[in-house]
Amino acid sequence: MSNQAPLTVTNGKLILADGTIVHGALRCEGGFITAIGADVTAQPGDTVHDAGGHLIAPGLVDLGVFAIDKPAFHFGGVTRAALMPDQNPPLDVPARVRFAAQSGKPDFWVHPLAAATQGLEGKSLAEIALMRDAGAKAVATGRHWIGDSGTMLRLLQYTGMLGMVVMTHSEDAGIVGKAVATAGEMATRLGLPSAPAEAEALAIARDIALAELANAPIHFRKVTTAKGLDLVRGAKARGLKVTAGVTPAYFMLSDLALAGFRTYAHLSPPLRSEDDRKAVIAAIGDGTIDVIASGHDPRGPEDKRLPFSDSAPGMAGAETLLPHTMNLVRDGVISMSRAFELVATNPARLLGVNAGKLEVGAEADIAVVAPDRPWIVDSSKMAAVAGNTPFDKQPVQGRAVALFKGGVAVLQK
Amino acid sequence: MTSPEYIYPEGALAFPHRGLVGIGGLAPHEIWFLLDEAQQWVELNRGTQKRRDLLSGLTIINAFFENSTRTLLSFEIAGKRLGADVVNMAVANSSVKKGETLIDTAMTLNAMRADAIVIRHASSGAVQLIADLVDCPVLNAGDGQHEHPTQALLDALTIRQAKRAFNGLRVTICGDILHSRVARSNILSLASLGAEVRVCAPPALMPADIERMNVKVFHDFDAALKGADVVMMLRLQLERMEGQFIPSPREYRHLYGLTLDRLAKAEPDALVMHPGPMNRGIEIDSNVADLVGRSQITTQVEMGVAMRMACLDVLTRKARNVEGWA
Repeated sequence: MSNQAPLTVTNGKLILADGTIVHGALRCEGGFITAIGADVTAQPGDTVHDAGGHLIAPGLVDLGVFAIDKPAFHFGGVTRAALMPDQNPPLDVPARVRFAAQSGKPDFWVHPLAAATQGLEGKSLAEIALMRDAGAKAVATGRHWIGDSGTMLRLLQYTGMLGMVVMTHSEDAGIVGKAVATAGEMATRLGLPSAPAEAEALAIARDIALAELANAPIHFRKVTTAKGLDLVRGAKARGLKVTAGVTPAYFMLSDLALAGFRTYAHLSPPLRSEDDRKAVIAAIGDGTIDVIASGHDPRGPEDKRLPFSDSAPGMAGAETLLPHTMNLVRDGVISMSRAFELVATNPARLLGVNAGKLEVGAEADIAVVAPDRPWIVDSSKMAAVAGNTPFDKQPVQGRAVALFKGGVAVLQK
Repeated sequence: MTSPEYIYPEGALAFPHRGLVGIGGLAPHEIWFLLDEAQQWVELNRGTQKRRDLLSGLTIINAFFENSTRTLLSFEIAGKRLGADVVNMAVANSSVKKGETLIDTAMTLNAMRADAIVIRHASSGAVQLIADLVDCPVLNAGDGQHEHPTQALLDALTIRQAKRAFNGLRVTICGDILHSRVARSNILSLASLGAEVRVCAPPALMPADIERMNVKVFHDFDAALKGADVVMMLRLQLERMEGQFIPSPREYRHLYGLTLDRLAKAEPDALVMHPGPMNRGIEIDSNVADLVGRSQITTQVEMGVAMRMACLDVLTRKARNVEGWA
């Protein structure tokens, strides 16, 4: 990057790290931000990008994705993603972590999440310290909850010592079994195997207790129910190192989206009731939720054109993360600067990487965002490797119009 | 015979559906129309000349991805009595076992130009998935825990024969409601025809929010039986249970088995029904199942053939250019 001409992004509304938004410019040299503010101007020899009055924001940091799908992430304004260990084979040994960490460079950075247990089986701890030194930025339990409380406690004691956060899935496996829907009228009418929404609160309650016991940080990757969010809220009030995330599906959709056995709405955890959807919005508004991620999990027809309970859960979300988060700003749930804390600053902080905010010294991952630009989601034309979105044909607003990774343009339109 | 209960339009408007995927989505007069249509086949089936070659030259494929004896046989007999060429595809002989996807199987059946496909599958929604892809009418012979519409129709026909009308009729459905597609289809059809539907099961076998389907929920069988005009027992679907739902069959019978003593709590002329196959001595005692004049269990099987003949006839009328349906 050092041979790259310095970049100055001018004429935009800068989202500054202190939460203020000012009109100005931002200059990067050697891949880092070197100047930012109202009075910054381009120097002779700089590459200049005119932001056209749009937002100049940190590139999104997508916490917990299942595939490295660069075109989709670039479309969505994402410059870094934390990759779930649920790969084939899983990221449970240092060599695979090292390989994954290099796999997106230079224009997209992948931060592998180390598998908490060998083979993600929830039994024996994986070589977490070796994986950390190979580039793992945090630890994840994968798609599943660790059912054995003793294993989970030892995991948290170990990661607490190593200073790594554990990102966990929150569904009590004994209650969930093979459920593919949340118990309620919709699952009953469709005859789908279902589990009560309380499976989430049960898992969170145990893991909060274990994290407190181990004095270790824990991040609940998707908290989707009112009861689960209440537990997180309470734990935060007691000063525990607890954070929570969610994906847009849980504040945009309820289990009504399952009507007609639509497998694109088959997610994990399953979509919840309308009351829980509203509780997620409230929790984003009051700060209980720290992170909004895409949960990007592109799935082709071989995984989705199946009977509902035989289909694989997950949605391609990288392209719709930004517009759905912008919805929350338009609806007055959060401010514009808070939106970027949720999709960039906080995920970067959990990963311990020098990104996710615009300040001098941070890496020059920059998204120019037109927050109100309208477009229509079209599953047949997505940049992602598969178009499995429950938002097909829906109009949305908000789009990255330019993207820079380490001060180098990767997307301009 | 057009019954006075429901008036329905002439021709194809009486049943404007391409297939029969579920009772959900059917209007009460459409259900009534199918019951009326089945009546003629009840008479025919009781005679010695049981064939009426309405569907001569048509091919019907029974694609059963889940084991079945009685439903498959019932559909096969129904098709044959109407003169159709009936082919059964059993899962044991199919390439599904070799990893072919359901969609590929459906496309294969479609390419063989069936005139109707009857499907049973272990996954809820599987029949809808196929119905959306093929060109011919699809009949759902049971999909997972979702629907089993011809069973509900034959049950309604059985009840109508004995009780004439549904309005205010108290029907108690007892057993494994959670895993039962028969329960769901019956709830939809009976509630839509005006019956008071009661469901009874231990909490672990009761689906969440089932009361939103217009039923009364009971856990105490004796209370659920009080004043019942029809008692419909369901089989314990042990093969669908993941984990332990009841302590033992003996214990289940203790609380939910239909004994003569229990039956006495229902109306004196209450009908006893069971979709079969029965676990005698568990959910129903033999002396109840065989109670002459009360048990409708063999009548249900008889009505099943007539009902399926009616469905095959109605759904192929467009293809056969029947006047008013083409």
